[in-house]
Amino acid sequence: MLKRRTVGDVIADIIIYLFLATAAIATVIPFVYVIAASFASEHEILTRPLFIIPREPTLEAYIRIFGREYGMTVLRSLGSSIFITLVGTITNLFFTTTMAYALAKPIKGRNVILNCVLFTMVFSGGMIPLFIVVKSLGMYNSYAALILPGAISAYNMIIVKNFFQQLPAGLEEAASIDGCSDLGIFWKIALPLSLPMLATFGLFYAVGHWNNYFGALLYLEDAKKYPFQLVLRNLVMLEQTAQDPDDLVPQETLKMAMIVVGTVPILCVYPFLQKHFAAGVMVGAIKG
Amino acid sequence: MAAKKQVKQAKPTLSPAEKKAMRVRTKNKLIKDRWLYLLVLPGVLYFIIFKFAPMWGVLIAFKNYYAGNSFAASKWVGIEHFRTFFTGSSFLMLLKNTLIISGMNLIFYFPLPILLSLLLNELKVQWYKNSIQTMIYVPHFVSWVVIASISFMLLKQPSMSGYHGGALYDIINKFTGSDYNILGDTVGFYWILLFQAIWKETGWGTIIFLAALAGVDVEQYEAAIVDGANRFQQMVYITFPAISSTIVIMLILRMGSVLDTGFEQILLMQNNLNRSSTNTFDTYVYDMGRVNGNYGYSTAVGLFKSLVSITCIQTANFISKKVSETSLF
Repeated sequence: MLKRRTVGDVIADIIIYLFLATAAIATVIPFVYVIAASFASEHEILTRPLFIIPREPTLEAYIRIFGREYGMTVLRSLGSSIFITLVGTITNLFFTTTMAYALAKPIKGRNVILNCVLFTMVFSGGMIPLFIVVKSLGMYNSYAALILPGAISAYNMIIVKNFFQQLPAGLEEAASIDGCSDLGIFWKIALPLSLPMLATFGLFYAVGHWNNYFGALLYLEDAKKYPFQLVLRNLVMLEQTAQDPDDLVPQETLKMAMIVVGTVPILCVYPFLQKHFAAGVMVGAIKG
Repeated sequence: MAAKKQVKQAKPTLSPAEKKAMRVRTKNKLIKDRWLYLLVLPGVLYFIIFKFAPMWGVLIAFKNYYAGNSFAASKWVGIEHFRTFFTGSSFLMLLKNTLIISGMNLIFYFPLPILLSLLLNELKVQWYKNSIQTMIYVPHFVSWVVIASISFMLLKQPSMSGYHGGALYDIINKFTGSDYNILGDTVGFYWILLFQAIWKETGWGTIIFLAALAGVDVEQYEAAIVDGANRFQQMVYITFPAISSTIVIMLILRMGSVLDTGFEQILLMQNNLNRSSTNTFDTYVYDMGRVNGNYGYSTAVGLFKSLVSITCIQTANFISKKVSETSLF
């Protein structure tokens, strides 16, 4: 290249590189602090303002949240969250791919269905009418209420439909000539060909389920069924009254540890998310 | 239903025999596609039950319907709920909060992903760019509960004198000496919401612009360099025009959803000190309906919000079509 870098270019580059590094560090530093604080002693949190390495690392907070007092609640809510995430994601993928695959084919009535789906993206009945529907179906206070009302995201379904339309037609035709039914083609050809896409949407749906607390707040009555995020919110955000001084001591580290437990699963799948999401989002950006 | 539509579309000049042939063909096609209809069935049922049934349910906006009552037994009240809502004191407060939160978001948050993606586009060292991106996307995937909890831990006042409060509270306290409790104040509430949105979504918001920038032909830059354009001029004349239509689309979306303030976020950041003055339409619907059990009134408020939202997005789309020939639909 014939490009000559001027002094101005170099200065601009230095500023840009430094600025972006600062922005990136500022974005993650609160997480780093919370992780550090979860391993610190209560005394350190109360007496030291901001730190990223605890002076005397201790596992006390984690031992306590999984210990006698809180262990039952925490483990039970983690169990709920894992159950909702797994069953919910499978449900999402089943409903989304079946509908998307059929609508990717030129069946009669396709446009009517698609327009109805698009309409639901701009207008909805609202929270209370949906609540009444869910309740009248007998799903109140059950996990079904957290899974079925969100079984399909219209936006995702349309992206998946566009993806299926771009699959090479040859393979499907060959299978059809060999006497494979549409169900067989869907199961044996279309789905295996779209595994990376299924992984992407599966992860997105799963993150949504893991992070959801409002569904539980709206539909669950029984505190024993609460997922982790709701337990976390209740523990950290709702100020407990009348704490006795002995109990007060590990409170802060305990909250920090709870926040870490709520975040870690996301950080575990994050590398996979990052690998796939750019592609997925771009498909949406072009076709949406 | 599909078959009926086909017949209707058939031209009237067809002879009976041709019509019959067409019907047979339609029937054959329906039979041939039977498995596809089986596949589409769960999805169609989903949309009917969880999307269209609640739309029918908005009728309770015109009834005096409370939690625990039966739908049939509750009285029709016409537009009584709407009248109560508009003449009551809540409406103006909700509108004010919603517009302030949305407006601050539009002014302070909206330009940030654009600026950030322009800067990211200037990075030529690939591993550096990847690392930055990896870090700034993280908060998008973290739940609002975690974001709110961290904010809370960082901003809270010390529980006892002599101890530290949240880390950010301490820093502010050290430099300004103020012991302002931002968590309990309405204006503080607006700023917290804004900073949380910036923290959580700025990085993620760059993706759509970066995708548009990836499509810019490198030759354009080379030609510009030959013509003597400096870096800033390249940004203004090549990079920025490449994302301008994306910016317009994002702006339409933003204008269209001006009443959609982050519901979960606001609900999480409300507490006994600020609750009375921080409701927006969404949280008010939740409070009135789910908490107080006033289903009819709450649905009326929700319906009003939905209708205004549709109008907003259509208007924004119409204006943008006129002005720039870019539109959503």
